[in-house]
Amino acid sequence: MANLRDHMGRPIVAVTGIGVVTSLGVGKTDNWAALTSGKSGIHPITRFPIDQLNTRISGMVDFLPSSSKGASPLTYELAELAGIEAVAESGIDSSDFGGPLFLASPPVELDWADRFSLYNSDKNTDETAAERLLRVARGLKELDIFETTQFGSIADRLADRLGTRGLPITLSTACASGATAIQLGVEAIRRGECDRALSIGADGSATAEALIRFSLLSALSTHNDIPEKASKPFSRDRDGFVLAEGSGALVLESLEAALARGATVLGILGGCGEKADDFHRTRSKPDASPAIAAVRAALADAGLSEDEIDYVNAHGTSTPENDKMEHLALSTVFGDRIGSMPVSSNKSMIGHTLSAAGAVEAAFSLMTMRESVIPPTINYDNPDPAIVLDVVPNKKRNAEIGTVLSNSFGFGGQNTCLVMAREPV
Amino acid sequence: MSSPRDVVITGIGLVSSLGEGPDTHWQKLVQPGLQPVLEAARFAPYTVHPLPEIDWNLQIAKRGDQRQMETWQRLGTYAAGLALDDAGIKGNDELCTTMDMVVAAGGGERDEAVDAAILAASESRNDRDVLLNEKLTTELRPTLFLAQLSNLLAGNISIVHKVTGSSRTFMGEEGAGVAAVETAAARIRSGQSTHILVGGAFQTEHSDMLLGYELAGYLHRGPWKPVWQRQGAEGGGLVTGSGGAFLVLEQREHAQNRGRKIYAELGPVVSGRARRSRGELDAEIATLLKQAALPSGKLLALSGASGAHTATSAEKAALDTNPAISTRGFATLTGHMKEAQFPFAVALAALAVDRKAAYPVFDAAAEKPFEGIPEAVLATAIGYHQFEGMALVNAA
Repeated sequence: MANLRDHMGRPIVAVTGIGVVTSLGVGKTDNWAALTSGKSGIHPITRFPIDQLNTRISGMVDFLPSSSKGASPLTYELAELAGIEAVAESGIDSSDFGGPLFLASPPVELDWADRFSLYNSDKNTDETAAERLLRVARGLKELDIFETTQFGSIADRLADRLGTRGLPITLSTACASGATAIQLGVEAIRRGECDRALSIGADGSATAEALIRFSLLSALSTHNDIPEKASKPFSRDRDGFVLAEGSGALVLESLEAALARGATVLGILGGCGEKADDFHRTRSKPDASPAIAAVRAALADAGLSEDEIDYVNAHGTSTPENDKMEHLALSTVFGDRIGSMPVSSNKSMIGHTLSAAGAVEAAFSLMTMRESVIPPTINYDNPDPAIVLDVVPNKKRNAEIGTVLSNSFGFGGQNTCLVMAREPV
Repeated sequence: MSSPRDVVITGIGLVSSLGEGPDTHWQKLVQPGLQPVLEAARFAPYTVHPLPEIDWNLQIAKRGDQRQMETWQRLGTYAAGLALDDAGIKGNDELCTTMDMVVAAGGGERDEAVDAAILAASESRNDRDVLLNEKLTTELRPTLFLAQLSNLLAGNISIVHKVTGSSRTFMGEEGAGVAAVETAAARIRSGQSTHILVGGAFQTEHSDMLLGYELAGYLHRGPWKPVWQRQGAEGGGLVTGSGGAFLVLEQREHAQNRGRKIYAELGPVVSGRARRSRGELDAEIATLLKQAALPSGKLLALSGASGAHTATSAEKAALDTNPAISTRGFATLTGHMKEAQFPFAVALAALAVDRKAAYPVFDAAAEKPFEGIPEAVLATAIGYHQFEGMALVNAA
């Protein structure tokens, strides 16, 4: 009889379904094959013109029907694909999931294509641009454009499609959003509010404006010439992250409920930790104390000591600042051991999927344990001498991994870490 | 029967067209026949309830911080500061660094001048994607992105007020406010947290904020009317207002141990998602009213009704079915504050419980008086388009 309660007497939370979409493809099988062969999904931008842009590469998902339809439709499709894959794997009816939905997704805005078309649909008046848009808007007969501007609409549609229960929660903690969606699901199960929850992180918001906004903050890599080499976490010549899209979904379930219905347990979501940074809007505190506190909180929540983590799925964005700060945080928490612990960054291959990243990387962390293969950090040709880590350089590694720490550190100082395990502890 | 793990309200931060702070709001709202503050010209044919005069320095000491935010973020950060002050938490490092936070947020303000210039140029150009690149790369202020990003309201609250236990931002109009309060309360009840800052803000005085409603024709046009009297008038019935509402929710034992005044106890918080296109809204509202565990006897209800025709008439009908309920539609006096609407409703409910008095009718034609002391007050937010929630606020 398995122990069904954790070290704090709470229900143990199992993962019974995983779904993922990235620039490497749709579904776990294709993604895992590409990821473990060190393949990059970063490619030249073709979705919009690149005139005037300093960054002309990305990890956009360009192969879906909604890929050219705007951020809201694509984010929905990404979330739906990952959600359906995860729910199907869990063996639960994918039109009647029967638990709450937690969706990490990007903030939405009226798409420029719609803004242009509304504005130019009626040129014959003497009014400001804003007045014209409002006047044209109130004459619209369809709700399609309206729904792309409502922050709750993607989750509402998903709730219809997947049959989730109750008011779906849409959230944003910037680059930590996907991890927060998982944390909310774990907490709901631990409180006994539900036996199962669906946590999805999805981001299809790589529009020209999004790219330009990040570019103006000097956050993006401009290594355009060889796109697949641009994302190089922990390398000396790293120069920014690569904007990307994707989605990850987990079916979370109390271990008790999962075992009772004979589900296959894919892993355990053992701990979640968070800590906000009060230092700066885009930069993290130089002493890395919030990241350190988030890692420690996740370990404590999981009831594990520093010695009991086998592998770190790093935030590893490839920005000069994050990678330095993350190294400081990890070396502070794990001490000398960090030099011999595998720490790799999926973002070297898929770029930074923003709102989805925490969920996508949790999915890959669980697969790392199940497959006993660590995906590499590619493009590690020029190590940063100040960052001494075993980044699993360039080639996958076979290894028995029982526990993973997955880090997510966001703009705006929102840090969330997850601890996952192969087996119930 | 009180329990150490009850959720209690120990801090309230409010801003609306009526002013700022719980005392100001109480004093104004108990004046019979109070007239709303309206701005009918600036966004004609739409009327809005504008922000009052605010001295941002009072809650955001550094000018540098103020410059990094647009009005929406400033407003939320300001209202959050009021709540922290009110709860005796502001400036207390120990309490701030362990305090959790759930913010209900939409998006911030775009640069209207840049957008207008791009739109104007689009009239004579077909290569609009290239036009976008040209204009956005050269004319956008780099830090504007941060000033409009949804999760950066919470980010700014961390920076300005040092609330750093945890930081989560929920999105999704009124439903985000409902879920924020519901989740915060559940975390305290289960022992996952001892004190949480929860709330939101909405700055309507920007054309995009109106456009977000008007793409579905939700806004009321023409002469202003109280929230319950807009059926059949021109437009969609909704009048917006700028404002913010933050609450400090706390475990009863935690509040008692530090000797704080308790406004009220937060009882059941319930939420739902009616599939309105299938006609489920009426039944959903009825279900929520059952789940809210209403006490027997007469009940005051602070309704967040927006004025949007379908949702508002459904809510009115459901509340009117129960003759014991006296409803106050506060949007008549504040306008609809979107993500902040539900926290605002809970705050007004807590004030009535605390002051042991009901608000007079806000609309004599549609509301009925409430005599006596409200021991419990219902707060509602039935979304103008989607999502529904209620909470019962009880005497401390």
